[in-house]
Amino acid sequence: MTLKSVSLVGIVTLLTSNWTRLALLLALAALVSGCAQPGPGQIEGNVFDPYEAKNRQTHELNHALDKALARPVGVGYTKIIPDDLEDGIGNFASNLSLPSTIVNNLLQGNMEGAFRNSMRFVFNSTLGFGGLFDVAGDFDLNEISGDFGQTLYVWGVPEGAYIELLIVGPSTERAALGKAVDLFTNPLSYVLPNPDKYIGTAAGVASKVGDRGRYAETLDSILYNSADSYSQARSIFMQNRRFQLGDGDAAEEINPFDLNTEGF
Amino acid sequence: MTQVSRRKATGLIGAALATFTVAPTQAAALDTVSAKKLVDALVGEINRVIASGKSEQAMYKDFKRIFAKYGDTSYIAAYAMGNDGRRASGAQKKKFSAEFQTYISRKYGARFREFIGGRLEAKSVRPVKSWFEVTTTAFLRDEAPFTVTFLVSNRTGRDKFFNIFIEGINLLLTERTEIGAMIDRRSGNLDKMIADLRTAK
Repeated sequence: MTLKSVSLVGIVTLLTSNWTRLALLLALAALVSGCAQPGPGQIEGNVFDPYEAKNRQTHELNHALDKALARPVGVGYTKIIPDDLEDGIGNFASNLSLPSTIVNNLLQGNMEGAFRNSMRFVFNSTLGFGGLFDVAGDFDLNEISGDFGQTLYVWGVPEGAYIELLIVGPSTERAALGKAVDLFTNPLSYVLPNPDKYIGTAAGVASKVGDRGRYAETLDSILYNSADSYSQARSIFMQNRRFQLGDGDAAEEINPFDLNTEGF
Repeated sequence: MTQVSRRKATGLIGAALATFTVAPTQAAALDTVSAKKLVDALVGEINRVIASGKSEQAMYKDFKRIFAKYGDTSYIAAYAMGNDGRRASGAQKKKFSAEFQTYISRKYGARFREFIGGRLEAKSVRPVKSWFEVTTTAFLRDEAPFTVTFLVSNRTGRDKFFNIFIEGINLLLTERTEIGAMIDRRSGNLDKMIADLRTAK
């Protein structure tokens, strides 16, 4: 069974889901351990990318979507919305997603992370006027990241292949499965009444749109100025993702004394 | 598009700062305090350039000077060229090294203004094989703090930085990917790549 079919089963399961079914999915996720692992010679530049041809097609599509839609909307949004309001929307969205992070901290047995994030949620929801202001951050109480892809990493599920998702962008099989599960890990979505729970989603989308505008120069340099934006995005995503997971060591560097620099 | 997180984007902006910073004078005697001093001094130096109100072109020149002073430029250029460096002639290597420094100064210098008001704090220093790893935390306005790591060696006889990681993103590797792709796009023609580096962003 490939990871792909497992995640398809997972998504179908989740669409009709409740917590019991989620548990079933977790069991399925455990099955994944044996799948989608690179064979010898299949890793190029430290990334396992067997779907490169298909990924590149998706990349072209994402590129076109960005050019026609995401970039102009994002840049316009940043121009029109005052900075303070934009920050407020970003904080608000990030605060509402925090309960999901806490669930993942707990699933990973990261009690300190769960505690810090809970404190953060309480402070920002109250003193920060429902999360509009990041008062906790002012006291160095910053978010400890946690998503279900990370939880799978902690549980020992392998990374799987690199994939570029439509609209979402660079990912791995494990991270993509995590994303699908994370649609259901936010306790707020079970507590809040029906129209209200979409406020967080809307704020999240607005926050992403704002990020596209805010970091326009940086993202443009990857998407539009790189000689090969696909491999550059892949390399940057993989390095950053592994760093966030604590997977691998930045010090695994070739020895500067070993490189022949004669003539340069 | 897409899924480039706020943190990652910030990291790349931090690259602007990072490229031109850190060159401890005594790697062997590095400790947290002296490393912090060095980082602070360099950030101050860069901020002075930004605050000078010079034209962007003039600022790039200043950044290039700082890069040449604190960076192990021949190592960085050799690494960026990767395996293609083996078939490069002496003249090509020399020209590439010079153009590459200008390109780096322009590419990252163009984003320095995003760093105005930010600061770096040295957190720890540890010896790794034959070099030192200086871990710092970058604080930018309205951003969650993130990690910037400098690798410093005395390969050249003087202590210079030879690589920077921003939230795990290896700047040397990023540039090697870029240069490699440029060479591929030009069917392996090194001269053409070097010439086009002049206008690359």
